[in-house]
Formats: sequence, C-alpha cells, structure tokens
Amino acid sequence: MTQDSLVIGGHMFDNRLFTGTGKFAANSLVADMLAASGSQMITVALRRIDASLASDPILSHIPKTVTLLPNTSGARTAEEAVRIARIARAAGCGDFIKIEVITDTKYLMPDNYETLAATEILAKEGFVVLPYMLPDLPLAKRLESAGAAAVMPLGAPIGSNRGLQTAELIALLIENCRVPVIVDAGIGRPSHAAQAMEMGADAVLVNTAIATAQDPVAMGRAFALAVEAGRIAYLAQMAEESRIARASSPLTGFLTEMESGT
Amino acid sequence: MSFYEIIEHYRNFDFDDFFAQTTAADVAHVLSKERLGDMDLLTLLSPAASACLEPMAHKARQLTVQHFGRTIQLFIPLYISNYCSNQCVYCGFNRTHAIARSKLSLPQIEAEARAITRTGMQHVLLLTGEAPAATPMDYLVAAVSLLKNHFASVSIEIFPMDKAQYAALNAAGVDGLTLFQETYDPDIYRQVHLAGRKMDFRYRLDAPERGARAGFRAVNIGALIGLAEKRREVFFTGLHARYLDDRYLETEISFSLPRFNPAEGEYKPAFPADDRAFVQFMMALRLFQPRAGITISTRERARFRDHLIPLGVTRFSAASSTGVGGYAEPAQRESTQFAISDSRSVAEVAAAIVAQGYQPVYKDWDRI
Repeated sequence: MTQDSLVIGGHMFDNRLFTGTGKFAANSLVADMLAASGSQMITVALRRIDASLASDPILSHIPKTVTLLPNTSGARTAEEAVRIARIARAAGCGDFIKIEVITDTKYLMPDNYETLAATEILAKEGFVVLPYMLPDLPLAKRLESAGAAAVMPLGAPIGSNRGLQTAELIALLIENCRVPVIVDAGIGRPSHAAQAMEMGADAVLVNTAIATAQDPVAMGRAFALAVEAGRIAYLAQMAEESRIARASSPLTGFLTEMESGT
Repeated sequence: MSFYEIIEHYRNFDFDDFFAQTTAADVAHVLSKERLGDMDLLTLLSPAASACLEPMAHKARQLTVQHFGRTIQLFIPLYISNYCSNQCVYCGFNRTHAIARSKLSLPQIEAEARAITRTGMQHVLLLTGEAPAATPMDYLVAAVSLLKNHFASVSIEIFPMDKAQYAALNAAGVDGLTLFQETYDPDIYRQVHLAGRKMDFRYRLDAPERGARAGFRAVNIGALIGLAEKRREVFFTGLHARYLDDRYLETEISFSLPRFNPAEGEYKPAFPADDRAFVQFMMALRLFQPRAGITISTRERARFRDHLIPLGVTRFSAASSTGVGGYAEPAQRESTQFAISDSRSVAEVAAAIVAQGYQPVYKDWDRI
C-alpha cells in the first residue's frame, strides 16, 4: 500500500487515532498509552495545565514527537475560547487548538455559534484550528471557509460511549468537506472507531473509552488497531451491504441460457 | 418559580407510606433505568434499598468513572472570619458561644495563601460566618482579589446574598458558590435557627439560584444531614439540584454531604445517619444526577473517606483548618466551626487517593 498520511496544519500523521489526557488514574499511564497506541496527537485541557509548563505533571509524560492539541475546555463563549487559545500558545503549547465551547453542563453539547465565532478569530491569528462541533453540514462548510484546519463532529455526547449516533449527519460531512473530518466524542468501543473509519472519517479522537478502561494501555492499542483496520477497509472500497442474499448461482440465470438457445 | 414550590408540592406526600411499600424489586427496576425521576430517587433512598447497596455501588462506580474518570479533585477551606450574628443551635460559631472572635487582615490572608500554596493546593474555598458588618462587600472583594493571585480557583461559602452582590464577587474572581440549606424542612429550620438573618428560610433557599443567575460557574448545595428526617433531606437535596440543573445549563450543580460527626460538641442531632445510610445517600444522588460533582469533607474519617473513592465522590478537602486562618501558624489554631475527623496532610490524602488507583487533581480551572 502507498503511504497514507493525514496532513493537518502542516503536520503529517501516520496514525489516525488521536487521544486525550483526561480521566486517567495516573498521568504516567498517558506515556504508556501513547507508546502502545502509536497515537501522534493528544489533546489536553489548558485548565488542567500548570502555568510553569516545565514541571507540569501531565505534559512531562508526553513525548516531544507527539503533537500537542490544547483544548479550550471550560470556555462558555467565543471570547473565552480565544483567550484560552492565546494563553496556550504563549505558554509554548504550539499552534494547534481544539475549540470546545460548551454552555450546557448537562449534555456537554458544543455551542456551534460560539465555536464558529472563535474559529474565525483564531484562524486569522494563525492557529491550526480544530473545532469540536455538532455535525451540521452548513456549519461545517462555514468553519471550513473561516479557516478551520479540520472539523471534529461528535458521534454522541462526550463520555457517553454511545458510538456513532450521528452517523448519518457525519456521513454528509465526510462527503462534502474539503478539510479532514475527525470524529470526536461518543466513541466507546474499538468497533465504533472502526465504523467511523470505514465510513471515511479521516481520524478519530478517543479519550474516555481509553482512559477509563481497566487497562488503558491495552485499550489504546486496541483502538489503534481498530482505526487502522477501518482505514484499510475504507481504502479497499468495501463491497456494499445488502439485506438480501445474493446467490453466487443466480436464480434467473436460466433465462439467459434459454434466450441464447443453449 | 422557586424551588420552594417543589417543597410545597410534597408537603402532604406520605413518605412513610411510600417507603413502606417499596420493595427490593422496585429498587432493581430503578437500577435498570437510565434517567431517574423523582420517585426513582425516593426508591433509592428507601429502607428497602439499603439491602441493595452492592448493585447500587457497581452502577455508581461505573457512572462516576465514565463522567469523571479515575480522578479526585482536591481543595482546601480558608476561614477568614468567625464573626456571626446567627444563632444556629448546632454550629460552633453560634453568636451565643463565648469563643474568641477574629477576622483576618489582608496581610494575614496573604500569609495564609502562601502557606496553603506550599502544600500544592490550587483550589481554595473562602468561608466566613454571617456578619456583614464585620465582613462587608469591600473586604470580601479585597480578599478574593488577593486570593486569586495565588489560586487557580476561588470559591465562597459565606452568607446568602443578593444577585448583584454575587455578581460583584463573581467579577472579582469567585468562580464557585457553596451554600447549604442545612434543612429543607421549614419547621425544623425555624427550630434550629433561633436568631439572625439566617432565620429567613426562603432567602437562603433561593440563594443558589441567585448565584446561578449571577454567573458562577459552579454551585454546590447540600443539607446538613442529621437535623431532620434524613431520607427526605437527601430527596430534596437531589430535587433541588435537578431543579437548578434544568434551568441553568451553564452552571455545574454539585452536592456536598455534610453530616454531624460523632466527634462534635454538645449538639446531638435528632436524625443521625450511620455509615451505611450515608453511603446509600451518596450513591442515590450519584445515580440520580450522574454528572454532578460530590464533595466529601474532612468531617468524615480518613479510612471511611478512602473507601468512598470508588463510590461516587469527586472532590475531597484535605488538611483543613475549620477555625479562622490556621495554616500560616498552625500552633495558634482557634475555635473551630466543626470538628474534623480526617487530619491527614495534603500529601497523605493524595497518597491515599493514588493507593485506590485514582489520580489526585490539584488544578482544574483557570480564570481567563
């Protein structure tokens, strides 16, 4: 197979499983999980990081080869997200930013309007903007025009492990977006991740399902394998599904035979 | 609308009859549901459910890990004044108690903040008694302005205020409000609050809602378990959280479960809760509000707190002093509001959390 890399913000990713740092029983597990999964990008909430980055207990477990994706968790408005992004960059976390603007603490649904507003501002400032969003095609296109480097539609509410409840809507994004589509949130099992990749998602981001597994390191590897399998299946162009059996000896074949007089 | 209308709605409800009719099968049915209603909560608080703690615990653990991961957030209380004009029969700061009254000066608060940050704590809870004359707005604002330079998060647990006053404190840098109703039973409330502004049940009851409207990121409520019939108290605590949660989507509504501990002074609660009941109540609240934070303070014994870690708690205080100050010069600790039962250091509590397979989290907020 030829090289199949994903390029976002000038960074090349050979591994399409992106991960997160939240909910682990110990920060040291993050390093082991990254090693076992081969994940090359990891998201971290700026609100959890210490201002003195050098000694931060989370960042010290992330190898330099892994791209840091700071997120704006805690932001309730575009303005707050923008401020968090600027703080993250000033603190040396790089240019990548995952925009998370959540005004609903109950279901943790992203606020698409504020997310778009923040994307417009941050893309102009040169950030590599990855907005977390409800899978809405017109919005995805507007995010794209605003300069988003990718879109991150949710499969189900954060931490719900419910899988791709929004599959039909995500499929529209995959079909119509020019920027990569990264399915984020709701992916609870490796099979969900494989499903997203089979559909043609460019990558998935998984945190809760890995971090809260009994063995997060093994689960990281399981997700990486599932993502790879789903990606290969997508590229191999799977045979279409059908509810009706297709006999290898066609039932109406005799007609052709009779017509040709054999 | 006010949460008071919901209390009124249940005024003639026959709790005893409901509990008498609840069976283990009802509890099992509730445990199979995803979103629980009012009667489901009451079922989990029933005497029948006390025989179902193990299946409740499994579900409570699963939900907590799913939503919070294997983490426990740490915070520390800082009392800056014990002046109080109230007469709460159960409280160490009661105005009739002949204790030394004091309030910290700003340099003293600064010294306390420095002493606390040396322990690694980054979330602080600021407390006072209820004496607005001794701790006026400008003093509180100055204290908050000072503390926010030292801590990632500053919350308050002070006397109830108007929305505008809450908004002023929010603007000064307070992100969380803790306010306990003490009891949701208006009659008992009257019997245990004998003097002072606190006698106004409704003003206190509506304060968390004013706090949510004023823009606090987090509002933490609770009943002081022991004052009134305890299953009802926890029931209304849960309903109060649901009421706020349904109306203020931007606000994180969380619980504390303060209960009288045996180490405490002369006041003998009429409705004490034993450990078994306490665990049941905490798990019932977890199942009712899966995303709500739950705080367990140092009122509870060290070993008991450690056992609660997998069962639904998400926040611990640690190394607490419940008298004014007490961190900069621990030798001079003064009279306390209540006795603590877990006197371990921050490092010791953190080590106990790690021993349970959880991560102690010191910082989970930024003022931006």
